[in-house]
Amino acid sequence: MLELNLRGQVSIVGVGTAGCGEAPGQSELELLAMASFNALKDAGLTLKDIDGLCTANLNAAMWPLNVAEYLGLRPSFVEGTNIGGSSFIAHQKPAMLALLTGQCNAVLVCYGSNQRTSTFSRRERGQARNLLDPNIFDDPYHPFDPPSSYALMAARHMHEYGTTRRHLAEVAVAARKWAQLNPEAFQRGPLDIETVLKARMISDPFTQYDCCQVTDGGGAYIMTRSDRARDLRKKPIHILSNETAVWHKSVANMADLTLTPSHDSGPKALQSAGVSIQDIDVVQIYDAFSINTILALEDLGFCPKGEGGRFVEDGAIAPGGTLPVNTNGGGLSCVHPNMYGAFATIEAVRQLRGEAGERQVNGAQTALINGNGGTSASSQSTSVLGTDITL
Amino acid sequence: MNSPTDNKHLEPSVQTYWEQLKLGHFLIQHCTSCKAHLFYPRRFCIHCTQDSLEWIKPKGTGFVYSTTTVRRKPEAGGDYDVSIVELDEGVRLMSTVQGVAPEAVKIGMRVRLEILKTESHPNKVVFIAEDTPPTGEHHA
Repeated sequence: MLELNLRGQVSIVGVGTAGCGEAPGQSELELLAMASFNALKDAGLTLKDIDGLCTANLNAAMWPLNVAEYLGLRPSFVEGTNIGGSSFIAHQKPAMLALLTGQCNAVLVCYGSNQRTSTFSRRERGQARNLLDPNIFDDPYHPFDPPSSYALMAARHMHEYGTTRRHLAEVAVAARKWAQLNPEAFQRGPLDIETVLKARMISDPFTQYDCCQVTDGGGAYIMTRSDRARDLRKKPIHILSNETAVWHKSVANMADLTLTPSHDSGPKALQSAGVSIQDIDVVQIYDAFSINTILALEDLGFCPKGEGGRFVEDGAIAPGGTLPVNTNGGGLSCVHPNMYGAFATIEAVRQLRGEAGERQVNGAQTALINGNGGTSASSQSTSVLGTDITL
Repeated sequence: MNSPTDNKHLEPSVQTYWEQLKLGHFLIQHCTSCKAHLFYPRRFCIHCTQDSLEWIKPKGTGFVYSTTTVRRKPEAGGDYDVSIVELDEGVRLMSTVQGVAPEAVKIGMRVRLEILKTESHPNKVVFIAEDTPPTGEHHA
C-alpha cells in the first residue's frame, strides 16, 4: 500500500459565503457561484487557477456538470459524492489525495441552496425525490422527516441515559447565544430554556427550536497544497486529518440509535491528526437537530457515552462556557440551507484565522469539524484543522 | 400458502415479500448458514455472504425500541405514532402502534403485529399493545 502522510500537507486558503438566510430570486447555482467568487477573492485566486471541483446537490444527479459549465471550469479532478450534508467535509480526503498526487493544484468545494425562498417548494421537492428514491418500508408510516428520525434517536437516548428535554434545550440556547455574536446568523433573537420547553411539539421530543432552520445560502472553500498556500493572501489553515464513516440510510436500520458514525470517524481523525481531544480549541458540529450535538460530543470523545446531556448543562458549550461549540450559531441558529457541511468548515477556518469578530475564541489553534448526513446520522465525516503552530 | 417455511423455493426478492403480505403473511428472512434474521428482504445474506436465505413467519411479537408522536393539525387527521419495533427474532422495522393514544406509546412496550387493510395501504404492518384483544384482521 502506498504510504502517504497527509497531515498538514493540504490547506484551506479561501472561504466564502453568499445569501445566508434569505436570498429571494437567486438560483442554487447563483448562490454557489457567489460563494465561490467570495472564496476566490479571499484566497487571491481566479477561476483559471481551479482545476479540481467538489460539489453536490439534492436535486441534480450530475451536479458537478452543472457547476463546471456555469463556472467555465474544466477540472481534472471531480468529487461529486453525495452522502448528505457531511459531503462537503467528506470531500476533503479525496481532494487531499488528488492534490498530493498531482492530479490537480487547486480544488474548489462549493454548495448552494435556495430551499427557503424557492418557488419550487420544499414539499414538492420532497415528493419528487421520494418518487425517484422511495423508502418503501418506511413510507406507509409517514415519518415527518428528517425531524421524526432524529426524534426517534433522541427518544431512545433519553430512555437509555436519562437525557432530558432541558438538555436538548441547552443545545438550542447555546447555539442562539453564539448566533447573537455573529452578524451573518439568521436567527439572532432572544431564546431561553423555558421558551424551548414550552414551545409546540413537532415530533416528540422536538419543538421547532430543536430543529435546524430552513434557510438559503451558498458556501465555498478552496484547497491547495500547503507549500503553495504560503504564497497566497490569507494565513493558510492546514487540514490535519479527515475521516468519513457511512453506516446506514433509514433510522429503522441504524444498529444503535444512540451511537453515530462519528464513533468511527472521530477517533480515526484525532489519531491521524496526532492530537487528543484536549488539544481541540473550538468545535463545529453539524447540528441538524439538538440531539446531534449531544451524540457527537459523546461519539467524538468529549464525554463518555450517555453523558452528552449532562455535558452541555449550565451553558457549557455557549459563549463563556467550557468548550466553544458551533461558534457561528450552527444549523440551529446561523444557517442551514439543506446541507451544512461547507459552513461548518468555513466557520472553523474563520476561527483559526482569528477573523471571527465578537465570537472569536481567543488563541484558537486547533479546530474539529464534524459533518452529518442523511435523515438519521447516516454518514459522518470528521476533520481536524490547525494553524502553523500545530504542524 | 400453508406455511411459508415450507416454501424455500420462493425467491428471496422484495416482490415475494409484498405478494405474501397481500395474502396476509408477514415474512422475514432467516439465513440457514449463519442463522441471522434479516429485515427488509435481501437477495443473499449480508452477514455471511451466502446464498442461503429462507422465508420465515416471525412470531409477530416484539417491543417498541423507540417512538415519536408526529404532531398534525386535527383537521389534517391529528397526531399519530411512528415507532421502531424490534421483533423477538431481533430485526427492527419502522411501524406504528395503534389502539392507544400516540403519546401513550412507550419504549419497551410489548406489542403484537397485525396486518391492517386500509384504503391507502391495503396491507399495512402495524402493531398493537400485546395485552389488547385482536382488532380486525390480525397476523394469524
